[in-house]
Amino acid sequence: MMIEALIAVTFLSAMVVLAAPERWAAKLAFALSLVPLVGSLWMYSVFEASGNVLLGGPLAFETKVPWISLGEYQLHWHVAMDGISMAMVVLTTVLMSLALLSAWTPIDERRSQFYGMMLFMEASLLGVFTALDFFAWFIFWEFVLVPMYFLIGIWGGPRRKYAAIKFFVYTNVASLVMFIGFMALVFATPVTTLGLPAITEALLAGEVSTFAGIAPETLKLVAFVAMFAGFAVKVPMVPFHTWLPDAHVEAPTPVSVILAGVLLKMGTYALLRFNFTMLSDVANTLAIPIAIMAVISVIYGAMLALAQRDLKRIVAYSSISSMGYVILGLIAWNMYGVAGATFQMVAHGLISGLMFMSVGVIYNIAHTRMVGDLSGLADRMPVTSAVFVSAAFGYMGLPLMAGFAGELFIFLGGMQSTALPAAQVFTAMAMFGIVIVAGYLLMAMQRVLFGPFRADTEHEIVPAAFHDAAAIVVLILLVILLGTVPDLFYGMIQDAVRPILAAGGGL
Amino acid sequence: MVQLPYLTPQYLLALTALVLLLYDTISPNSRQNGVLAGIATTGGLLTAAVSAWFLAAGTGLGSYEAFSGALVVDQMSLFFTFIVGSVTTLVVVASYDYVRDEPHIGEYYSLVALAATGMALMGAANSLVTVFVSLELASLPSYALVGYLKTNKGSVEAALKYFLVGALSSAIMVYGISLIYGVTGTLLLDGIGDAVVDLEPGLVGILGLGVLMMTGGFLFKTAAVPFHFWAPDAYEGAPAPISGFISSASKAAGFAVAFRVLLEAFPIDVIGTTIPWTWLFVIVAAITMTLGNFAAAVQENVKRMLAYSSVGHAGYVLIGLAAIGGGTSEADTLVLGAAMMHLLVYGFMNTGAFLFIALAEYWGVGRTFEDYNGLARRAPVASLAMTVFMFSLAGLPVGAGFLSKYFLFAGAIQAGFWWLAAIAAVNSALSLYYYSRVVKAIWIEEPVSEISVDRTPTGIYLAVIGAAVVTVGLLFAFDPVAQWAIDAAAIVL
Repeated sequence: MMIEALIAVTFLSAMVVLAAPERWAAKLAFALSLVPLVGSLWMYSVFEASGNVLLGGPLAFETKVPWISLGEYQLHWHVAMDGISMAMVVLTTVLMSLALLSAWTPIDERRSQFYGMMLFMEASLLGVFTALDFFAWFIFWEFVLVPMYFLIGIWGGPRRKYAAIKFFVYTNVASLVMFIGFMALVFATPVTTLGLPAITEALLAGEVSTFAGIAPETLKLVAFVAMFAGFAVKVPMVPFHTWLPDAHVEAPTPVSVILAGVLLKMGTYALLRFNFTMLSDVANTLAIPIAIMAVISVIYGAMLALAQRDLKRIVAYSSISSMGYVILGLIAWNMYGVAGATFQMVAHGLISGLMFMSVGVIYNIAHTRMVGDLSGLADRMPVTSAVFVSAAFGYMGLPLMAGFAGELFIFLGGMQSTALPAAQVFTAMAMFGIVIVAGYLLMAMQRVLFGPFRADTEHEIVPAAFHDAAAIVVLILLVILLGTVPDLFYGMIQDAVRPILAAGGGL
Repeated sequence: MVQLPYLTPQYLLALTALVLLLYDTISPNSRQNGVLAGIATTGGLLTAAVSAWFLAAGTGLGSYEAFSGALVVDQMSLFFTFIVGSVTTLVVVASYDYVRDEPHIGEYYSLVALAATGMALMGAANSLVTVFVSLELASLPSYALVGYLKTNKGSVEAALKYFLVGALSSAIMVYGISLIYGVTGTLLLDGIGDAVVDLEPGLVGILGLGVLMMTGGFLFKTAAVPFHFWAPDAYEGAPAPISGFISSASKAAGFAVAFRVLLEAFPIDVIGTTIPWTWLFVIVAAITMTLGNFAAAVQENVKRMLAYSSVGHAGYVLIGLAAIGGGTSEADTLVLGAAMMHLLVYGFMNTGAFLFIALAEYWGVGRTFEDYNGLARRAPVASLAMTVFMFSLAGLPVGAGFLSKYFLFAGAIQAGFWWLAAIAAVNSALSLYYYSRVVKAIWIEEPVSEISVDRTPTGIYLAVIGAAVVTVGLLFAFDPVAQWAIDAAAIVL
């Protein structure tokens, strides 16, 4: 019942905050968000699962009760955790509490609605990472859109309405495409449930029949492509990425933190669960096209970031290239690759959160994010500048920071991959992305932070407020902690990845 | 223990109409609004409650026939009576404030109750005669109700348009019925079902024409293409509670008749090769949802947008007929059951949406999207309810519309009509755009003018919030609805 309690507490907190008076909302929401945070950390401390939620084995906190029967089909309320879910759940709760802390300065109107929406989003994100019955999972998956729409649409920048609608419709279309692909798979297998483990089992056993006149192999291919397209929008991969910069640039800082830190991971998480675990044979056949898309995302995303003049846009585009690494790790299809990709999801969640928070603090104080308008900030805001530099180094993959561990595992996996033809070439090309990343980050840093002080803004440049700096400092400690002791997460992720590779014929 | 008559829900509605008329005759004072609304509400609520009780008790799992088989009480008729009863309750509760200052209140409530009686009978009609009579019983009061605001030009014009299209489609339908009678020699649905098994080859053409013409009547009642022209005008001109009533309850009843008549009298496994009527619905469903959604997307008037979206939803539900016979019998049950579930949830969320419009009309807010700007600052609770309706209609998981819509798509996919599901999915994505325009106006936009919402109409508020609570609540407690709908579908298949 722990998972239900976690989701329910968050959901109820959201309603309480929504109804709370404006002046209490911020502190109340932060205090309430500590409950799921402590809960998830406690779950982490007693976590003993070593299986994979789709493939069986010892799982943690499992519940399964009948929910809706539809003729011959039975839907369940089914939740459980393995190492991958656990990592994502901890990431979600940690990042949400810190994001709420970082919202105190920039959010100055309709606070109770803002914090309520953030907690609604947390509740549904927790559901996405733990639900094991398709409809329950899909409810959480789709519900994420609702608070996000309001968060961008109400508290966003000047073009917020356009960005909100674009995000909403774009990602909803993606979900529908995915839905059709997945349902075709369900009906082509002899299962009478929408439970993801049962469907995975049937698919891996090859129990796919001809459906609507489509041969099993073709059907699996079509379903794979439909689901891949659906999830690739969320990731986002080039060429499905165009909603992301709009959404990111318009979203207020705390929302950007969650968007980049957790929401994008929904895409890679779902790819890992659905495409790569359920249809690993198709993933192997399509390895080269997927690898090409991943490498293009890495290089093209980095080049786009290089071309930006707005600090937030730089960070936003850099997410595209970071998520490209994750896809590359998945398609490498060995322990280092897949577990490294999962680790990188967490690492990128923390580091991108750090980047967005630093940029947010600069913007709160200077009221501009343009690289050309600012110079020599290091003199006036030393702490913020220091964390910005650390975040940038983390992004570049400096050793002893979480990003290094994640990228290292992915590249090791890529170089050793036997499943992906010409894996070394793809990996080498992707590694070139690091150079570009270093290029644009160093350039941005050098121009904004160092050199003679100058700010084309009428606002005075002062050091950041304590609560802003606190959130950032906690985050940076976590990045270093995870970078120096990756086994805090890596071991349990490996446990959950091992069955995937065994079932898919790897290792 | 006294056994209630099987037709109790229908009797209750008819009785309500008569009591209303009687009370209005004895005490013809327009100050009696509260009592009249109370009687109507009690009648609607009792109908819904008794239907739900019968459904839960499994009364309709067998089938009880009355009047030599002309009416039948089974899970399906109870299911649709429950929808009609619930929608009627919401509508009369909201009408308490809406018609307070209008003349002829007694007639208004009794017309609603009479129309509801007709709709409830449509669900139970098992002979082409009762089909026609109940359909007219539902339609005639509806024409009058649409034109109830008789000093309002739009209302009168809407009623006229509705009446003319209605009369035309009734004429077409009754001609179709006569052709079917001529060919089969019976009006009972199961009798027709037996007669079409060994039909003389020369008569197939006439029977096919009869089915086609009769289908016209159903398409009119459900506001499906090409008999949808009346819908936007009628919904826009009618008093908003009546728009909700016609677009939810009347539509559901139309589908109830269509499901029963087509599936019982013209089983697709028997006449599918000679009169493949499912293909008619494949085409009509695809066109209806596309046309409805595209037209809704370009509207500037919220009520009109809802009217076109209602056409779009008729298109989704038509998938329930279109995908029949394509796959296994389990697939048929799932897709038809999902169509029924969608109608039930739609009854709450769509009525709720129209009642929110009634609220806006009550406050004197204009009708365009701009006029709704910033409404959430004035009325946050009602706006929250409207947000639930809009997102639930769009198929987002804030309400049970999510489940019913996706089960419908899933059913279509299971029946092998994945491309029809794909068309529906594209439409669904488009619908998110225009539904979220309302949400955007209410929550995100700044108010352009000072709207005074100082008056709080209890009845409308009660109905709007009640509908929202049910819409959200069903998301978690969907199992009974799914069970009932699947049972009902299994009975007619």
